[in-house]
Amino acid sequence: MAEKVLMKGNEAIAEAAIRAGCQCFFGYPITPQNELIEYMARELPKAGGTFLQCESEIGAINMVFGASSAGVRAMTSSSSPGISLKQEGISYIAGAQLPAVIVNIVRCGPGLGGILPSQSDYFQSTRSGGHGDYRLLVLAPNSVQELADLTVLAFEKADEYRNPVMILGDGILGQMMEPVVLPEVTSSKVDKPWATTGKGDRSQCNLVSSLFLNPEELEQHNLLLQSKYKKMKEQDTRWESYLTEDAEIIIVAYGSAARLSMAAVNMARQQGLKVGLIRPITLFPFPEQPIREAAEKGTPFLAVELSTGQMVEDVRLSVEGRSPVYFYGRCGGVVPDPKEILEQLILRLRSQEGLKKGTKGGAA
Amino acid sequence: MAMKVYSRPQSIVDMPFHYCPGCHHGLIHGLVAEAIDELEIAKKTVGVGPVGCGVFVYDYIDTDMIQASHGRAPAVATGVKRALPESIVFTYQGDGDLAAIGTSEIIHAAARGENITVIFVNNAIFGMTGGQTAPTTLVGQTTTTAPQGRLEEVEGAPIQVCEMLNTLQKPAMISRVSVHNPANIMKAKKRIKSAFQYQLEGRGFTFVEVLSSCPTNWRMSPLDALRFIDKKMSAYYPIQDFRMPEGGR
Ligand SMILES: Cc1ncc(C[n+]2csc(CCOP(=O)(O)OP(=O)(O)O)c2C)c(N)n1
Ligand code: SF4
Repeated sequence: MAEKVLMKGNEAIAEAAIRAGCQCFFGYPITPQNELIEYMARELPKAGGTFLQCESEIGAINMVFGASSAGVRAMTSSSSPGISLKQEGISYIAGAQLPAVIVNIVRCGPGLGGILPSQSDYFQSTRSGGHGDYRLLVLAPNSVQELADLTVLAFEKADEYRNPVMILGDGILGQMMEPVVLPEVTSSKVDKPWATTGKGDRSQCNLVSSLFLNPEELEQHNLLLQSKYKKMKEQDTRWESYLTEDAEIIIVAYGSAARLSMAAVNMARQQGLKVGLIRPITLFPFPEQPIREAAEKGTPFLAVELSTGQMVEDVRLSVEGRSPVYFYGRCGGVVPDPKEILEQLILRLRSQEGLKKGTKGGAA
Repeated sequence: MAMKVYSRPQSIVDMPFHYCPGCHHGLIHGLVAEAIDELEIAKKTVGVGPVGCGVFVYDYIDTDMIQASHGRAPAVATGVKRALPESIVFTYQGDGDLAAIGTSEIIHAAARGENITVIFVNNAIFGMTGGQTAPTTLVGQTTTTAPQGRLEEVEGAPIQVCEMLNTLQKPAMISRVSVHNPANIMKAKKRIKSAFQYQLEGRGFTFVEVLSSCPTNWRMSPLDALRFIDKKMSAYYPIQDFRMPEGGR
């Protein structure tokens, strides 16, 4: 059996990427993801790959664009302000249908904000953060093990869809140490007949471009992209349900917030409160189905986030007014205590009872 | 007996250019293609095009091509070259692309001595967007955003890119050429070919700036545009070799 090692989240991503056959890594330092680029600088060349510290995030993402065009597995990582700078390039990568893995170890903003963990880049990640009508497959790990496993998956899915995949973590996940079984990857070689590797013996030259001046052609291109996103929804929506069967309220939370919420759910259960958790593992596509199913039974939801409320909008969209959706979040790098979340659960459960009895409960 | 002295380079696709009459983009494409043909590198060349009038270079040069975002071609080319060190990688960029939005990318690719070739088309104006001021617009030259002519007090002095890059340690070759008359075209051809040759030899970053016309946005006849390059542009942008690799030229 594979050996278990103790590793920092950022380093687990880097090691998993190398094992997944990442050949080119381009980065620019920013806290709290520096261990990732430092690990790559140290280990990727030993594995026969290329590491380059770039002049900027803009340089880095465009180097990923070039390396991916050339048919190799390429990756970049950064944190919030750096990801903002990469957005132009991400739009071009999506437009040109290139695979790429982009890691965002989120810190708090807006602006220079602070270096503490946050989940305030949800909108930027799950909607098109750059210009145009595109989406990324967004993976939201909640443990060091998942950081490693989802990194491998990210490379596979990026190639499969010819689309950028984002790993959305945060400073807690990037910095914490946990035991991890590093994934064994058997094959990372994928046939890429579209790659600009030099014409060689092909009869046709390859072109990587996102330019379509003819409106009908661009419409067709956009529809093709949309069909990929539809396929992602059908085949690659991932989530975890915890104690939801008999739940009278369900928390929806991802990443670090899901870990804190899991602790709150366990505390609640010890008190005999019927609460559950749905943890989205893909943020795009968002797991609408399990939420809708519970909403149809009238189960209320509490979205817990390290932000002022972004994912909660997707919960509401999934619920479509069928049941109440509450929100609890802390921001600016403040991390809620599970007890705080438990209090919110109790408050919401009481207000639900109040609603049932026709009396005025706590405010929604 | 009739003798064929010139024919379309093999690496130029047989289709009409979209460029304005008297524009030099098409001619410079031809020179790049001839160099690729003569060095027999078409099968392993990857070109990176700009945003600007030259964006459709991928339609004309018959090699694998990438269309980069505005100014980022040197970073894209870096990615390609790092992924495929055996390939021949070139960028084709205008002056708005390379000297305005893309200054960071070009300076750092040059500073790294990235083993790529950059063809820099300097027509002293933003062509594609309708003739606005470029960092290379000459003092006094009128543009749609400098209707009274570029004022040094307001917009600063034009950037001499070769001179600027020549302060860096790593570039292998930096040369400025022009295509405003046959003698200069011949020399430009030689320098472009050398640039690719040096890349092939692994000597590092090679850079050829080509003074080029934009009769449309200069609001000149093609002939007057040639005179403008000869008299005005080449006075501020001297046609010369700034740096050649050892044993080069
Ligand atoms: C990010 C971004 N900003 C601005 C533009 C608009 N734009 C297109 S071409 C161009 C100028 C190109 O000028 P130059 O590089 O000198 O090329 P020329 O057209 O003169 O050959 C600009 C500003 C763009 N496409 N993308
Ligand atoms: S606008 Fe200028 S640079 Fe563009 S094609 Fe016309 S002449 Fe050439």
